[in-house]
Amino acid sequence: MALSGLSGTRLRERRLALGLRQADLARAAGISPSFLNLIEHNRRRITPPVLERLAGALGVDLAELGDGTDRRRIEDLRAAAGMQDSPVEMDRIEDFLGRFPGWADLLRAQHRRLGQLERTVFLLNDRLGHDPHLSAALHEVLSALSSVRSTAAILAETEDIEAEWRARFHANLHADSERLASGAEVLVAYLDGSEERAQDALAAAPQDEVEGWLAARGWHLPELEPGAAGPAALHPAIAALASGAARSLAGDWLRVLEDDAARMPLAEFEPALAGEGGDPIRLARRFGVGVLAVFRRIAFRDGAVEGLVICDASGTPLIRKPLPEFALPRFGAACPLWPLFTALARPMEPVSALADLPGLVPQRFHLRAFCEPDAVAGFDGLVLRRAAMLIAPDPGAGGVGLPIGSSCRICPREACPARREPSILAGRG
Amino acid sequence: MGRHVLLIEDEPHIAEAIRFILNRDGWQVSTHANGQDAVARVHATRPDVLILDVMLPGASGFEVLSQLRAQPETANLPVLMLTAKGQGRDREAAERAGADLFITKPFSNAEILASVRSLVTP
Repeated sequence: MALSGLSGTRLRERRLALGLRQADLARAAGISPSFLNLIEHNRRRITPPVLERLAGALGVDLAELGDGTDRRRIEDLRAAAGMQDSPVEMDRIEDFLGRFPGWADLLRAQHRRLGQLERTVFLLNDRLGHDPHLSAALHEVLSALSSVRSTAAILAETEDIEAEWRARFHANLHADSERLASGAEVLVAYLDGSEERAQDALAAAPQDEVEGWLAARGWHLPELEPGAAGPAALHPAIAALASGAARSLAGDWLRVLEDDAARMPLAEFEPALAGEGGDPIRLARRFGVGVLAVFRRIAFRDGAVEGLVICDASGTPLIRKPLPEFALPRFGAACPLWPLFTALARPMEPVSALADLPGLVPQRFHLRAFCEPDAVAGFDGLVLRRAAMLIAPDPGAGGVGLPIGSSCRICPREACPARREPSILAGRG
Repeated sequence: MGRHVLLIEDEPHIAEAIRFILNRDGWQVSTHANGQDAVARVHATRPDVLILDVMLPGASGFEVLSQLRAQPETANLPVLMLTAKGQGRDREAAERAGADLFITKPFSNAEILASVRSLVTP
Protein backbone atom coordinates (compact mmCIF):
# COMPACT_ATOMS: atom_id res chain seq x y z
CA MET A 1 0.00 0.00 0.00
CA ALA A 2 1.33 3.36 -1.02
CA LEU A 3 0.32 6.40 0.90
CA SER A 4 -0.68 9.83 -0.26
CA GLY A 5 1.34 12.74 1.08
CA LEU A 6 -1.61 13.80 3.15
CA SER A 7 -1.21 10.79 5.38
CA GLY A 8 1.97 12.35 6.73
CA THR A 9 -0.30 14.46 8.87
CA ARG A 10 -2.03 11.37 10.19
CA LEU A 11 1.32 9.72 10.85
CA ARG A 12 2.40 12.73 12.85
CA GLU A 13 -0.85 12.74 14.86
CA ARG A 14 -0.39 9.09 15.65
CA ARG A 15 3.23 9.57 16.73
CA LEU A 16 2.32 12.50 18.98
CA ALA A 17 -0.57 10.55 20.48
CA LEU A 18 1.88 7.83 21.44
CA GLY A 19 4.27 10.41 22.88
CA LEU A 20 7.08 9.32 20.58
CA ARG A 21 9.84 11.69 19.48
CA GLN A 22 10.46 12.09 15.76
CA ALA A 23 14.04 10.84 16.20
CA ASP A 24 12.88 7.67 17.99
CA LEU A 25 10.31 6.78 15.37
CA ALA A 26 12.78 7.52 12.57
CA ARG A 27 15.34 5.24 14.14
CA ALA A 28 12.78 2.46 14.62
CA ALA A 29 11.73 2.74 10.99
CA GLY A 30 15.30 2.95 9.72
CA ILE A 31 15.04 6.40 8.16
CA SER A 32 16.61 9.72 9.04
CA PRO A 33 14.74 12.13 11.34
CA SER A 34 14.90 14.83 8.69
CA PHE A 35 13.27 12.52 6.13
CA LEU A 36 10.53 11.65 8.63
CA ASN A 37 10.05 15.34 9.24
CA LEU A 38 9.50 15.91 5.52
CA ILE A 39 7.07 12.98 5.38
CA GLU A 40 5.10 14.24 8.35
CA HIS A 41 4.75 17.65 6.75
CA ASN A 42 3.56 16.09 3.51
CA ARG A 43 6.64 17.19 1.63
CA ARG A 44 7.71 13.66 0.65
CA ARG A 45 5.77 10.60 -0.33
CA ILE A 46 6.26 7.35 1.50
CA THR A 47 7.29 4.17 -0.26
CA PRO A 48 5.44 1.01 0.79
CA PRO A 49 8.42 -0.55 2.65
CA VAL A 50 9.02 2.61 4.70
CA LEU A 51 5.31 2.85 5.40
CA GLU A 52 5.24 -0.72 6.64
CA ARG A 53 8.17 -0.06 8.96
CA LEU A 54 6.58 3.13 10.25
CA ALA A 55 3.26 1.37 10.86
CA GLY A 56 5.11 -1.43 12.62
CA ALA A 57 7.02 1.01 14.81
CA LEU A 58 3.81 2.82 15.69
CA GLY A 59 2.02 -0.46 16.30
CA VAL A 60 -0.86 0.42 13.98
CA ASP A 61 -2.52 -1.25 11.06
CA LEU A 62 -1.48 0.07 7.65
CA ALA A 63 -5.07 0.89 6.81
CA GLU A 64 -5.33 3.21 9.80
CA LEU A 65 -2.83 5.54 8.23
CA GLY A 66 -4.87 5.90 5.07
CA ASP A 67 -8.28 7.46 4.91
CA GLY A 68 -10.61 7.30 1.95
CA THR A 69 -12.27 10.57 2.87
CA ASP A 70 -8.98 12.33 2.09
CA ARG A 71 -9.34 11.34 -1.49
CA ARG A 72 -12.81 12.84 -1.57
CA ARG A 73 -11.45 16.05 -0.09
CA ILE A 74 -8.70 16.16 -2.69
CA GLU A 75 -11.22 15.63 -5.50
CA ASP A 76 -13.37 18.44 -4.10
CA LEU A 77 -10.41 20.80 -3.97
CA ARG A 78 -9.43 19.87 -7.51
CA ALA A 79 -12.98 20.58 -8.63
CA ALA A 80 -12.80 23.96 -6.88
CA ALA A 81 -9.48 24.68 -8.59
CA GLY A 82 -11.09 23.68 -11.88
CA MET A 83 -13.47 26.65 -11.63
CA GLN A 84 -10.51 28.97 -11.56
CA ASP A 85 -8.84 30.31 -14.70
CA SER A 86 -5.75 31.59 -12.93
CA PRO A 87 -3.18 28.93 -12.07
CA VAL A 88 -3.45 27.19 -8.72
CA GLU A 89 -0.68 25.14 -7.08
CA MET A 90 -2.23 21.82 -8.02
CA ASP A 91 0.79 19.86 -6.84
CA ARG A 92 0.43 21.29 -3.35
CA ILE A 93 -3.19 20.28 -2.74
CA GLU A 94 -2.34 17.50 -0.34
CA ASP A 95 0.15 19.69 1.45
CA PHE A 96 -2.54 22.36 1.79
CA LEU A 97 -5.13 19.86 2.97
CA GLY A 98 -2.74 18.32 5.44
CA ARG A 99 -1.54 21.57 6.92
CA PHE A 100 -4.75 23.60 6.84
CA PRO A 101 -7.63 21.13 7.06
CA GLY A 102 -10.01 23.79 8.38
CA TRP A 103 -9.29 26.23 5.56
CA ALA A 104 -9.49 23.39 3.05
CA ASP A 105 -12.93 22.39 4.33
CA LEU A 106 -14.02 26.02 4.21
CA LEU A 107 -12.90 26.21 0.59
CA ARG A 108 -14.77 23.01 -0.22
CA ALA A 109 -17.91 24.31 1.48
CA GLN A 110 -17.67 27.62 -0.39
CA HIS A 111 -17.19 25.81 -3.66
CA ARG A 112 -20.35 23.81 -3.00
CA ARG A 113 -22.23 26.95 -2.04
CA LEU A 114 -21.03 28.71 -5.17
CA GLY A 115 -22.43 25.86 -7.25
CA GLN A 116 -25.79 26.19 -5.48
CA LEU A 117 -25.88 29.95 -5.99
CA GLU A 118 -25.00 29.65 -9.66
CA ARG A 119 -27.88 27.26 -10.06
CA THR A 120 -30.19 29.66 -8.22
CA VAL A 121 -29.23 32.53 -10.51
CA PHE A 122 -29.84 30.30 -13.51
CA LEU A 123 -33.27 29.27 -12.21
CA LEU A 124 -34.36 32.78 -11.29
CA ASN A 125 -33.20 34.09 -14.62
CA ASP A 126 -34.99 31.29 -16.39
CA ARG A 127 -38.15 32.02 -14.41
CA LEU A 128 -38.14 35.72 -15.25
CA GLY A 129 -37.70 34.89 -18.91
CA HIS A 130 -40.21 32.09 -19.19
CA ASP A 131 -42.80 32.26 -16.43
CA PRO A 132 -46.09 32.64 -18.34
CA HIS A 133 -47.90 34.16 -15.32
CA LEU A 134 -45.31 36.84 -14.85
CA SER A 135 -45.19 37.52 -18.56
CA ALA A 136 -49.00 37.83 -18.79
CA ALA A 137 -49.15 40.11 -15.73
CA LEU A 138 -46.42 42.36 -17.12
CA HIS A 139 -48.07 42.49 -20.50
CA GLU A 140 -51.35 43.58 -18.93
CA VAL A 141 -49.64 46.36 -16.98
CA LEU A 142 -47.64 47.53 -20.00
CA SER A 143 -50.73 47.61 -22.19
CA ALA A 144 -52.68 49.67 -19.69
CA LEU A 145 -49.69 51.93 -19.20
CA SER A 146 -49.28 52.45 -22.96
CA SER A 147 -52.88 53.40 -23.26
CA VAL A 148 -52.72 55.79 -20.28
CA ARG A 149 -49.57 57.42 -21.59
CA SER A 150 -50.90 58.00 -25.12
CA THR A 151 -54.34 59.10 -23.98
CA ALA A 152 -53.04 61.43 -21.31
CA ALA A 153 -50.61 62.98 -23.80
CA ILE A 154 -53.43 63.56 -26.28
CA LEU A 155 -55.52 65.28 -23.62
CA ALA A 156 -52.62 67.38 -22.42
CA GLU A 157 -51.20 68.34 -25.79
CA THR A 158 -54.25 68.75 -28.05
CA GLU A 159 -55.73 72.15 -27.42
CA ASP A 160 -58.54 72.03 -29.92
CA ILE A 161 -59.86 68.57 -29.07
CA GLU A 162 -63.55 68.04 -29.72
CA ALA A 163 -65.76 67.59 -26.66
CA GLU A 164 -66.88 64.17 -27.80
CA TRP A 165 -63.27 62.93 -28.15
CA ARG A 166 -62.28 64.52 -24.86
CA ALA A 167 -65.13 62.72 -23.08
CA ARG A 168 -64.17 59.45 -24.70
CA PHE A 169 -60.50 59.77 -23.76
CA HIS A 170 -61.39 60.71 -20.21
CA ALA A 171 -63.48 57.55 -19.98
CA ASN A 172 -60.63 55.50 -21.46
CA LEU A 173 -58.18 57.03 -19.04
CA HIS A 174 -60.41 56.16 -16.12
CA ALA A 175 -60.88 52.57 -17.30
CA ASP A 176 -57.17 52.12 -17.98
CA SER A 177 -56.11 53.51 -14.63
CA GLU A 178 -58.43 50.98 -12.99
CA ARG A 179 -56.89 48.28 -15.14
CA LEU A 180 -53.40 49.47 -14.21
CA ALA A 181 -54.28 49.29 -10.52
CA SER A 182 -55.61 45.76 -10.73
CA GLY A 183 -52.66 44.73 -12.92
CA ALA A 184 -50.30 46.05 -10.26
CA GLU A 185 -52.22 44.11 -7.62
CA VAL A 186 -51.83 40.91 -9.63
CA LEU A 187 -48.10 41.55 -9.92
CA VAL A 188 -47.72 42.20 -6.20
CA ALA A 189 -49.74 39.07 -5.40
CA TYR A 190 -47.54 37.10 -7.78
CA LEU A 191 -44.36 38.35 -6.15
CA ASP A 192 -45.74 37.74 -2.64
CA GLY A 193 -46.93 34.28 -3.58
CA SER A 194 -43.63 33.45 -5.14
CA GLU A 195 -41.90 33.29 -1.78
CA GLU A 196 -42.05 29.53 -1.68
CA ARG A 197 -41.02 29.23 -5.30
CA ALA A 198 -38.06 31.52 -4.59
CA GLN A 199 -37.11 29.38 -1.64
CA ASP A 200 -37.22 26.35 -3.89
CA ALA A 201 -34.80 28.04 -6.22
CA LEU A 202 -32.53 29.18 -3.40
CA ALA A 203 -32.24 25.73 -1.90
CA ALA A 204 -29.74 23.22 -3.13
CA ALA A 205 -30.69 21.31 -6.26
CA PRO A 206 -33.54 19.00 -5.19
CA GLN A 207 -31.48 15.99 -6.16
CA ASP A 208 -28.61 17.17 -3.93
CA GLU A 209 -31.05 17.66 -1.08
CA VAL A 210 -32.44 14.16 -1.39
CA GLU A 211 -28.98 12.67 -1.71
CA GLY A 212 -27.85 14.63 1.34
CA TRP A 213 -30.84 13.34 3.26
CA LEU A 214 -30.15 9.73 2.26
CA ALA A 215 -26.43 10.12 3.01
CA ALA A 216 -27.24 11.42 6.51
CA ARG A 217 -29.16 8.16 7.06
CA GLY A 218 -26.26 6.05 5.87
CA TRP A 219 -28.02 5.34 2.55
CA HIS A 220 -30.27 2.88 4.34
CA LEU A 221 -33.90 3.24 5.40
CA PRO A 222 -34.74 0.43 7.85
CA GLU A 223 -38.23 1.93 8.21
CA LEU A 224 -39.10 0.55 4.77
CA GLU A 225 -38.32 -3.08 5.55
CA PRO A 226 -41.39 -5.35 5.76
CA GLY A 227 -42.87 -5.28 9.26
CA ALA A 228 -41.05 -2.04 10.22
CA ALA A 229 -42.65 1.34 10.89
CA GLY A 230 -43.30 1.96 7.18
CA PRO A 231 -42.81 5.04 4.99
CA ALA A 232 -45.11 7.14 7.21
CA ALA A 233 -42.33 7.15 9.81
CA LEU A 234 -40.14 9.03 7.31
CA HIS A 235 -42.74 11.59 6.28
CA PRO A 236 -41.82 14.15 8.98
CA ALA A 237 -38.18 14.03 7.86
CA ILE A 238 -39.22 14.44 4.24
CA ALA A 239 -41.53 17.31 5.14
CA ALA A 240 -38.50 19.05 6.65
CA LEU A 241 -36.64 19.11 3.32
CA ALA A 242 -36.25 22.68 2.12
CA SER A 243 -37.83 22.55 -1.33
CA GLY A 244 -41.08 21.14 -2.62
CA ALA A 245 -39.19 19.55 -5.50
CA ALA A 246 -36.92 17.68 -3.05
CA ARG A 247 -39.92 16.52 -1.00
CA SER A 248 -41.56 15.19 -4.13
CA LEU A 249 -38.38 13.42 -5.29
CA ALA A 250 -37.81 11.91 -1.85
CA GLY A 251 -41.40 10.63 -1.86
CA ASP A 252 -40.80 8.95 -5.23
CA TRP A 253 -37.65 7.26 -3.93
CA LEU A 254 -39.46 6.04 -0.82
CA ARG A 255 -42.01 4.25 -2.98
CA VAL A 256 -39.29 2.64 -5.12
CA LEU A 257 -37.19 1.54 -2.15
CA GLU A 258 -40.21 0.28 -0.24
CA ASP A 259 -41.13 -1.85 -3.23
CA ASP A 260 -37.54 -3.17 -3.44
CA ALA A 261 -37.65 -4.06 0.26
CA ALA A 262 -40.95 -5.90 -0.11
CA ARG A 263 -39.79 -7.90 -3.13
CA MET A 264 -36.34 -8.71 -1.75
CA PRO A 265 -36.72 -9.14 2.04
CA LEU A 266 -33.37 -8.74 3.76
CA ALA A 267 -33.61 -12.10 5.52
CA GLU A 268 -33.61 -13.78 2.11
CA PHE A 269 -31.58 -11.21 0.23
CA GLU A 270 -28.44 -11.20 2.40
CA PRO A 271 -27.85 -14.99 2.16
CA ALA A 272 -28.75 -14.94 -1.54
CA LEU A 273 -26.24 -12.14 -2.11
CA ALA A 274 -23.52 -14.23 -0.53
CA GLY A 275 -24.69 -17.40 -2.23
CA GLU A 276 -24.82 -15.96 -5.73
CA GLY A 277 -21.41 -14.32 -5.33
CA GLY A 278 -23.02 -10.89 -5.53
CA ASP A 279 -24.11 -11.49 -9.16
CA PRO A 280 -26.98 -9.05 -9.83
CA ILE A 281 -28.32 -10.99 -12.82
CA ARG A 282 -28.66 -14.19 -10.82
CA LEU A 283 -30.20 -12.29 -7.94
CA ALA A 284 -32.68 -10.63 -10.28
CA ARG A 285 -33.72 -14.03 -11.60
CA ARG A 286 -34.00 -15.48 -8.14
CA PHE A 287 -36.28 -12.73 -6.85
CA GLY A 288 -38.15 -12.13 -10.10
CA VAL A 289 -37.16 -8.45 -10.23
CA GLY A 290 -35.21 -6.19 -12.59
CA VAL A 291 -31.44 -5.82 -12.40
CA LEU A 292 -31.71 -2.15 -11.45
CA ALA A 293 -33.87 -3.14 -8.47
CA VAL A 294 -31.10 -5.52 -7.36
CA PHE A 295 -28.50 -2.76 -7.78
CA ARG A 296 -30.59 -0.50 -5.53
CA ARG A 297 -31.12 -3.23 -2.97
CA ILE A 298 -27.38 -3.91 -2.83
CA ALA A 299 -26.37 -0.25 -2.54
CA PHE A 300 -29.13 0.79 -0.10
CA ARG A 301 -28.77 -2.07 2.36
CA ASP A 302 -27.34 -1.52 5.82
CA GLY A 303 -23.57 -1.05 5.78
CA ALA A 304 -23.26 -1.45 2.00
CA VAL A 305 -19.78 -0.62 0.70
CA GLU A 306 -21.06 -0.23 -2.88
CA GLY A 307 -21.71 3.10 -4.53
CA LEU A 308 -24.44 3.58 -7.12
CA VAL A 309 -25.31 6.00 -9.88
CA ILE A 310 -28.52 5.85 -11.88
CA CYS A 311 -29.02 7.97 -14.99
CA ASP A 312 -31.64 8.54 -17.66
CA ALA A 313 -31.14 8.22 -21.41
CA SER A 314 -29.47 11.64 -21.59
CA GLY A 315 -26.81 10.44 -19.15
CA THR A 316 -28.10 12.86 -16.51
CA PRO A 317 -27.70 11.34 -13.06
CA LEU A 318 -30.96 10.76 -11.20
CA ILE A 319 -29.32 9.67 -7.99
CA ARG A 320 -25.72 9.30 -6.89
CA LYS A 321 -24.45 7.37 -3.93
CA PRO A 322 -20.76 8.20 -4.11
CA LEU A 323 -17.91 6.38 -2.44
CA PRO A 324 -15.22 8.37 -0.64
CA GLU A 325 -12.72 7.26 -3.26
CA PHE A 326 -15.12 7.52 -6.23
CA ALA A 327 -16.53 11.00 -6.64
CA LEU A 328 -19.59 11.29 -8.87
CA PRO A 329 -19.60 14.68 -10.60
CA ARG A 330 -22.73 16.77 -10.77
CA PHE A 331 -24.63 17.95 -13.86
CA GLY A 332 -23.72 14.91 -15.94
CA ALA A 333 -20.11 15.93 -16.66
CA ALA A 334 -18.86 12.42 -15.94
CA CYS A 335 -16.16 10.36 -17.64
CA PRO A 336 -17.58 8.94 -20.88
CA LEU A 337 -15.63 5.72 -20.37
CA TRP A 338 -17.77 4.67 -17.43
CA PRO A 339 -19.52 1.36 -18.12
CA LEU A 340 -22.72 3.22 -17.16
CA PHE A 341 -22.74 4.91 -20.56
CA THR A 342 -21.72 1.76 -22.41
CA ALA A 343 -24.73 0.07 -20.84
CA LEU A 344 -26.99 2.91 -21.92
CA ALA A 345 -26.17 2.05 -25.53
CA ARG A 346 -26.63 -1.70 -24.96
CA PRO A 347 -29.91 -2.15 -23.07
CA MET A 348 -30.44 -5.42 -21.19
CA GLU A 349 -26.80 -6.42 -21.61
CA PRO A 350 -24.59 -6.60 -18.51
CA VAL A 351 -21.46 -4.45 -18.74
CA SER A 352 -18.79 -5.29 -16.24
CA ALA A 353 -15.29 -3.86 -15.88
CA LEU A 354 -12.42 -3.63 -13.48
CA ALA A 355 -11.52 0.01 -13.67
CA ASP A 356 -8.78 2.24 -12.33
CA LEU A 357 -9.30 5.77 -11.10
CA PRO A 358 -6.10 7.77 -11.55
CA GLY A 359 -4.32 9.59 -8.78
CA LEU A 360 -1.26 9.46 -6.62
CA VAL A 361 -2.65 6.21 -5.33
CA PRO A 362 -4.65 4.64 -8.21
CA GLN A 363 -7.82 2.98 -7.02
CA ARG A 364 -9.30 -0.19 -8.46
CA PHE A 365 -13.06 -0.71 -8.71
CA HIS A 366 -15.37 -3.39 -9.96
CA LEU A 367 -18.00 -1.59 -11.98
CA ARG A 368 -21.18 -3.31 -13.10
CA ALA A 369 -23.66 -1.47 -15.28
CA PHE A 370 -27.02 -2.33 -16.73
CA CYS A 371 -29.68 -0.48 -18.71
CA GLU A 372 -33.38 -1.27 -18.61
CA PRO A 373 -35.76 0.08 -21.26
CA ASP A 374 -39.29 0.83 -20.11
CA ALA A 375 -42.04 0.94 -22.72
CA VAL A 376 -44.16 3.23 -20.57
CA ALA A 377 -46.89 3.66 -23.15
CA GLY A 378 -47.13 0.16 -24.56
CA PHE A 379 -45.68 -1.48 -27.64
CA ASP A 380 -46.05 1.47 -30.02
CA GLY A 381 -45.34 4.20 -27.51
CA LEU A 382 -42.41 5.96 -25.92
CA VAL A 383 -39.54 3.83 -24.59
CA LEU A 384 -37.58 5.27 -21.68
CA ARG A 385 -34.16 4.02 -20.66
CA ARG A 386 -32.55 3.99 -17.29
CA ALA A 387 -29.04 2.81 -16.65
CA ALA A 388 -27.32 2.18 -13.34
CA MET A 389 -23.77 1.43 -12.30
CA LEU A 390 -22.83 -0.36 -9.12
CA ILE A 391 -19.44 0.71 -7.84
CA ALA A 392 -17.53 -1.72 -5.63
CA PRO A 393 -13.99 -1.14 -4.35
CA ASP A 394 -11.80 -4.01 -5.52
CA PRO A 395 -8.32 -3.48 -4.10
CA GLY A 396 -7.27 -7.10 -4.54
CA ALA A 397 -7.43 -7.26 -8.32
CA GLY A 398 -4.15 -7.10 -10.25
CA GLY A 399 -3.41 -6.31 -13.88
CA VAL A 400 -4.41 -3.20 -15.74
CA GLY A 401 -7.95 -1.94 -15.36
CA LEU A 402 -10.09 0.18 -17.64
CA PRO A 403 -8.50 3.64 -17.37
CA ILE A 404 -11.44 5.78 -16.29
CA GLY A 405 -11.65 9.12 -14.50
CA SER A 406 -14.17 11.24 -12.65
CA SER A 407 -14.59 14.06 -15.15
CA CYS A 408 -12.20 15.44 -17.77
CA ARG A 409 -11.46 18.72 -16.09
CA ILE A 410 -9.93 17.09 -13.04
CA CYS A 411 -8.59 13.93 -14.67
CA PRO A 412 -4.83 13.64 -15.15
CA ARG A 413 -5.02 11.18 -18.09
CA GLU A 414 -3.68 13.67 -20.59
CA ALA A 415 -3.64 11.38 -23.62
CA CYS A 416 -7.10 9.88 -23.03
CA PRO A 417 -8.82 9.51 -26.42
CA ALA A 418 -12.18 10.22 -24.80
CA ARG A 419 -11.05 13.59 -23.43
CA ARG A 420 -13.61 16.40 -23.89
CA GLU A 421 -11.54 19.30 -22.62
CA PRO A 422 -8.03 19.88 -21.28
CA SER A 423 -7.39 18.96 -17.69
CA ILE A 424 -6.18 21.31 -15.04
CA LEU A 425 -3.98 18.44 -13.84
CA ALA A 426 -1.97 18.06 -17.04
CA GLY A 427 1.25 16.20 -16.46
CA ARG A 428 0.25 14.60 -13.18
CA GLY A 429 -1.01 11.23 -14.47
CA MET B 1 -46.76 58.14 -51.19
CA GLY B 2 -50.21 57.27 -49.85
CA ARG B 3 -51.43 58.11 -46.39
CA HIS B 4 -53.24 54.96 -45.40
CA VAL B 5 -52.27 53.12 -42.22
CA LEU B 6 -53.65 49.75 -41.11
CA LEU B 7 -53.35 49.29 -37.36
CA ILE B 8 -53.55 45.74 -36.03
CA GLU B 9 -53.89 46.05 -32.27
CA ASP B 10 -56.23 44.20 -29.93
CA GLU B 11 -56.19 46.81 -27.15
CA PRO B 12 -59.10 49.11 -28.11
CA HIS B 13 -57.91 52.14 -26.11
CA ILE B 14 -54.40 52.01 -27.55
CA ALA B 15 -55.90 51.62 -31.02
CA GLU B 16 -58.16 54.61 -30.41
CA ALA B 17 -55.28 56.80 -29.22
CA ILE B 18 -53.05 55.88 -32.16
CA ARG B 19 -55.89 56.42 -34.58
CA PHE B 20 -56.53 59.87 -33.12
CA ILE B 21 -52.88 60.90 -33.33
CA LEU B 22 -52.47 59.70 -36.91
CA ASN B 23 -55.81 61.17 -38.05
CA ARG B 24 -54.70 64.56 -36.76
CA ASP B 25 -51.54 64.20 -38.85
CA GLY B 26 -53.59 63.56 -41.96
CA TRP B 27 -53.52 59.77 -42.11
CA GLN B 28 -56.43 57.58 -42.93
CA VAL B 29 -56.45 54.79 -40.35
CA SER B 30 -58.15 51.38 -40.50
CA THR B 31 -58.04 49.08 -37.49
CA HIS B 32 -58.15 45.36 -36.95
CA ALA B 33 -58.09 43.53 -33.62
CA ASN B 34 -56.79 39.99 -34.16
CA GLY B 35 -53.98 38.04 -35.76
CA GLN B 36 -56.11 35.31 -37.24
CA ASP B 37 -57.37 37.05 -40.39
CA ALA B 38 -54.89 39.93 -40.30
CA VAL B 39 -53.19 38.88 -43.54
CA ALA B 40 -56.51 38.84 -45.40
CA ARG B 41 -57.27 42.27 -43.97
CA VAL B 42 -53.95 43.62 -45.27
CA HIS B 43 -54.72 42.31 -48.74
CA ALA B 44 -58.21 43.78 -48.61
CA THR B 45 -57.20 47.25 -47.43
CA ARG B 46 -53.79 47.55 -49.15
CA PRO B 47 -52.31 50.02 -46.63
CA ASP B 48 -49.20 52.16 -47.20
CA VAL B 49 -47.96 51.42 -43.69
CA LEU B 50 -48.83 48.57 -41.34
CA ILE B 51 -48.64 48.97 -37.56
CA LEU B 52 -48.57 45.50 -36.04
CA ASP B 53 -48.77 44.56 -32.37
CA VAL B 54 -46.86 41.44 -31.28
CA MET B 55 -49.35 40.00 -28.78
CA LEU B 56 -52.52 39.35 -30.75
CA PRO B 57 -55.29 36.82 -30.31
CA GLY B 58 -55.36 34.12 -32.99
CA ALA B 59 -51.82 34.52 -34.33
CA SER B 60 -48.86 36.52 -33.08
CA GLY B 61 -47.59 39.60 -34.89
CA PHE B 62 -44.49 37.60 -35.85
CA GLU B 63 -46.54 34.94 -37.60
CA VAL B 64 -48.58 37.57 -39.43
CA LEU B 65 -45.44 39.39 -40.56
CA SER B 66 -43.74 36.17 -41.71
CA GLN B 67 -46.73 35.37 -43.90
CA LEU B 68 -46.77 38.88 -45.32
CA ARG B 69 -43.07 38.78 -46.13
CA ALA B 70 -43.52 35.47 -47.93
CA GLN B 71 -46.02 36.99 -50.38
CA PRO B 72 -44.78 39.20 -53.22
CA GLU B 73 -47.55 41.83 -52.85
CA THR B 74 -46.65 42.50 -49.23
CA ALA B 75 -42.96 41.53 -49.17
CA ASN B 76 -41.94 45.19 -49.11
CA LEU B 77 -44.82 46.69 -47.16
CA PRO B 78 -43.41 49.09 -44.52
CA VAL B 79 -44.15 47.56 -41.12
CA LEU B 80 -43.85 49.11 -37.67
CA MET B 81 -44.04 46.58 -34.86
CA LEU B 82 -45.17 47.32 -31.33
CA THR B 83 -43.27 45.24 -28.78
CA ALA B 84 -43.30 45.17 -24.98
CA LYS B 85 -40.55 47.09 -23.26
CA GLY B 86 -37.64 45.05 -22.01
CA GLN B 87 -38.49 42.00 -24.08
CA GLY B 88 -35.16 41.69 -25.85
CA ARG B 89 -36.27 38.50 -27.51
CA ASP B 90 -39.26 40.28 -29.04
CA ARG B 91 -37.02 42.82 -30.66
CA GLU B 92 -34.78 40.15 -32.13
CA ALA B 93 -37.80 38.20 -33.34
CA ALA B 94 -39.28 41.37 -34.88
CA GLU B 95 -36.07 41.94 -36.82
CA ARG B 96 -35.90 38.33 -37.93
CA ALA B 97 -39.54 38.38 -39.04
CA GLY B 98 -38.74 41.39 -41.23
CA ALA B 99 -40.05 44.46 -39.38
CA ASP B 100 -38.76 47.78 -40.73
CA LEU B 101 -39.06 49.48 -37.36
CA PHE B 102 -40.20 48.57 -33.90
CA ILE B 103 -41.10 50.65 -30.91
CA THR B 104 -41.64 49.47 -27.40
CA LYS B 105 -44.67 49.93 -25.18
CA PRO B 106 -45.25 52.25 -23.43
CA PHE B 107 -44.34 54.53 -26.34
CA SER B 108 -44.84 58.27 -26.64
CA ASN B 109 -47.18 59.76 -29.21
CA ALA B 110 -44.30 61.65 -30.78
CA GLU B 111 -42.41 58.39 -31.21
CA ILE B 112 -45.22 56.65 -33.05
CA LEU B 113 -45.85 59.63 -35.28
CA ALA B 114 -42.18 60.01 -36.20
CA SER B 115 -41.87 56.27 -36.88
CA VAL B 116 -44.86 56.15 -39.22
CA ARG B 117 -43.69 59.27 -41.04
CA SER B 118 -40.19 57.85 -41.48
CA LEU B 119 -41.56 54.71 -43.10
CA VAL B 120 -43.11 56.60 -46.02
CA THR B 121 -40.40 59.20 -46.54
CA PRO B 122 -38.89 58.46 -49.95
